[in-house]
Amino acid sequence: MTTATTTAGTIMRQHLIDPEICIRCNTCEESCPVGAISHDSRNYVVDAAKCKFCHNCISPCPTGAIDNWRHVRAEAPYPLAEQLLWDTLPEQVAVEESQPTGADSPATTLPDDVERIAAAATSGQGGVAPPPWSAAHPYVNLYSIQNPAVATVSGNFRLTAEEASSDIRHIVLDFGNASFPVLEGQTIGILAPGLDASGRSHHVRLYSVASPRDGERPKYNNLSLTVKRVTEDHGGKEAQGVASNFLCDLKKGDKVNVVGPYGTSFLMPNHPGSNLLMICTGTGSAPMRAMTERRRRKSVPNEDGKLMLFFGARSAAELPYFGPLTRLPKEFIDIHLAFSRVPRQPRQYVQDLIRARAADVAALLRDENTYLYLCGLKGMEKALTKPSVRSAAAMAWTGRRSMPSCCGRDVITWKPIDHSVWCERDVRR
Amino acid sequence: MSIDYSQKIPNNVGLAENRTLQRALEHWQPEFIDWWKDMGPDDSQNFDVYLRTAVSVDSAGWAHFDYVKMPEYRWGIFLNPAEAGRKVNFGEHKGEAAWQEVPGEYRSNLRRLIVTQGDTEPASVEQQRHLGLTCPSLYDMRNLFQVNVEEGRHLWAMVYLLHAYFGRDGREEAEALLERRSGDADNPRILGAFNERTPDWLSFFMFTYFTDRDGKYQLCSLAESGFDPLARTCKFMLTEEAHHMFVGESGVGRVIQRTCEVMNQLTTDDVAKIRAAGVIDLPTIQRYLNFHFSVTMDLFGADVSSNAATFYNTGLKGRYEETKQDDDHLLNNASYPVLEVVNGEVVTAQAPYLNALNERLRDDYVRDAVAGIERWNKIIQKQGIPFVLRAPHKAFNRKIGPLSSSKISPTGKVLSEAEWTHHHLEWLPSIEDRAFVSSLMGRVAEPGKFANWIAPPARGINNQPVDFEYVRFN
Repeated sequence: MTTATTTAGTIMRQHLIDPEICIRCNTCEESCPVGAISHDSRNYVVDAAKCKFCHNCISPCPTGAIDNWRHVRAEAPYPLAEQLLWDTLPEQVAVEESQPTGADSPATTLPDDVERIAAAATSGQGGVAPPPWSAAHPYVNLYSIQNPAVATVSGNFRLTAEEASSDIRHIVLDFGNASFPVLEGQTIGILAPGLDASGRSHHVRLYSVASPRDGERPKYNNLSLTVKRVTEDHGGKEAQGVASNFLCDLKKGDKVNVVGPYGTSFLMPNHPGSNLLMICTGTGSAPMRAMTERRRRKSVPNEDGKLMLFFGARSAAELPYFGPLTRLPKEFIDIHLAFSRVPRQPRQYVQDLIRARAADVAALLRDENTYLYLCGLKGMEKALTKPSVRSAAAMAWTGRRSMPSCCGRDVITWKPIDHSVWCERDVRR
Repeated sequence: MSIDYSQKIPNNVGLAENRTLQRALEHWQPEFIDWWKDMGPDDSQNFDVYLRTAVSVDSAGWAHFDYVKMPEYRWGIFLNPAEAGRKVNFGEHKGEAAWQEVPGEYRSNLRRLIVTQGDTEPASVEQQRHLGLTCPSLYDMRNLFQVNVEEGRHLWAMVYLLHAYFGRDGREEAEALLERRSGDADNPRILGAFNERTPDWLSFFMFTYFTDRDGKYQLCSLAESGFDPLARTCKFMLTEEAHHMFVGESGVGRVIQRTCEVMNQLTTDDVAKIRAAGVIDLPTIQRYLNFHFSVTMDLFGADVSSNAATFYNTGLKGRYEETKQDDDHLLNNASYPVLEVVNGEVVTAQAPYLNALNERLRDDYVRDAVAGIERWNKIIQKQGIPFVLRAPHKAFNRKIGPLSSSKISPTGKVLSEAEWTHHHLEWLPSIEDRAFVSSLMGRVAEPGKFANWIAPPARGINNQPVDFEYVRFN
């Protein structure tokens, strides 16, 4: 890690339009609610002083020209007059990075990939939700792409049964003497080695931490990840996931470049009496495991609060952490496992179980000390929008909202339209 | 046939509660689907296409991407959100509250405007229906289909207005929109340019750049209408229209890019050598540009037009960016320059502004179109090739209005018939040009592969990679 430097100003991400790709259709200017976008006869430009990063202009842009960002010093963004003269976007120039010196001075700029994923994951609900009031203060962005931490693999275990169709792994990374503090619900970025087809470094891939803050093994400087080997794309076509295959193939002693940590929102409450309602599928269980484990390791595990988990997978053989989960005491956590592909049994999904337990779910949600966490596969979202699920639960899902971290293949977020509609964004675009 | 309105026809016009509208659509929707199957993209009904569907008008809902079979595309009905207290902003009714119902005295003019606009939408789908068979890539095929389904949605938008506000006449007009056919000798589409063929992809890109841009300007002026439902409908259509401009601008730009690359590889500007290398020479691109530009000029109508004056005066159709114009928005005593041929020269004459509104819109359009041509020139410049594309004179090759009786060169020189006969093939694509361009058209349908005559795009659709499988054949 380089020596911490404190710059006079902070570094900001400036929103810019690529004049080479833009067709001057005016759609962005029309869709901007704060009048940050304007044009002359030559270019369309964004006023850094007005842009609120609401992203309303991003999806209507037919060309993608709108989706450009540069890190600049906050006191010296590209002025409008200069943007109006551009024929091409300037390259990203090196901006002196301000390294955090502690939790109170985190770096203000995240890698583009992380920003993009975070924006996509939170756009459905109009931005990042605040963390629970009693959440611990997270460290973020301690390690940048230029300056990653190097972790050593200290374990790589298959979680799913040998006959299961998916290969899900529990990977333990040890940070040695490097400082890499994480909280439950935060994510870390993995830099897979090598270059992509166009000769560039691979994108950062984010994974939720599956272990609690004091490490996979308490008092060790390590953490764990739950990684599914990606062997097909969303459409079911064969596609080897770059980072997941890299991780799943790691052997004990191998080195991994890690960036982050990230996430300031999907954090667990720490006050006694707080309840966690967790809904997940597949590897979406990683942050849920971390939070559950955090509670379990406390001397008074429940702290007068409740834990309720709805967890879906194809079958028990494909459910990560199935064994340890089933051994947790009922009074500690109320677990509902839904299996959608058990031979000779009807398909069961998390929403079916929520519907069956609607009264308890509703009661829990009415308690203002309940925090809702949702992480998993895309199919879950559509199911959760079903009116029968919403009315069965008969509740406002809003209130104590918290955001899922943005990791893995799919992330579901939810947004409080009419206090009852769920919404998702697939972040792996 | 019963329709689940909220699912099948996404809308923000309260369709589920409007029995009259439902009944009209129950009749029309199956006919539309039949028309789509007959006249929509050829041999492609079963493809899964990565399409954008509007499911609501807010920024989160209007661009929803997924694989869809085109006949199952959810053509929706959307109006931009109402603007509280909106007024009629021009003409003799200026200052009155915008109309939520059709004013009786303007009923037929309004219907005519809507039908004329509506007729262009299915027409272009018909014109483009064979292009999928010769697409230069899956990416382009997907873009073609996106344009097609959105033209379909624009037809829906106009049909909604006809059904919701024009009673029986409206229903009959809506049916007639499905009965006319582009290029049909007996029952053609209303406007000339929409009866021309779109035989190859260069034509398609030129069409989406030039002719769809006319659509943009017509929609912009209708979006100023005092008839509020029309204004709001057109406003939303403009968001989609931008994609069509994009397909045209980037399509032609990529053709130019590829040609320049090959010219530099071969270090030649010899047309024969460039053609032999399987790319489209820049002079041919210029001739296509001249053709599409001039055909589109005619779409704006006669230079001096009493209809245009009436539409404006009665508050039905405004100017481009009407509310941003710094004048009285009545234009009774103002004048506007129009072109005339006097003594063998094209000269500027002043016409009453109200009568010259077609010309005004044409000028707004030309400014926009020329700016894009300049962006194409930047591609050529960047490759270091000394060639400049130019928009022809507004009066070139006109078939409508007083200028149509003269022969005028791309630089605005009035020619004799003989001069025109000798030179017009320097300016407009010849049969040989078209045959050459057609000879390059062959289907490339492997993800990430592009025909030799066109460069790949700078980026994919919806942040997908360029080699994404934008269309899946089943």
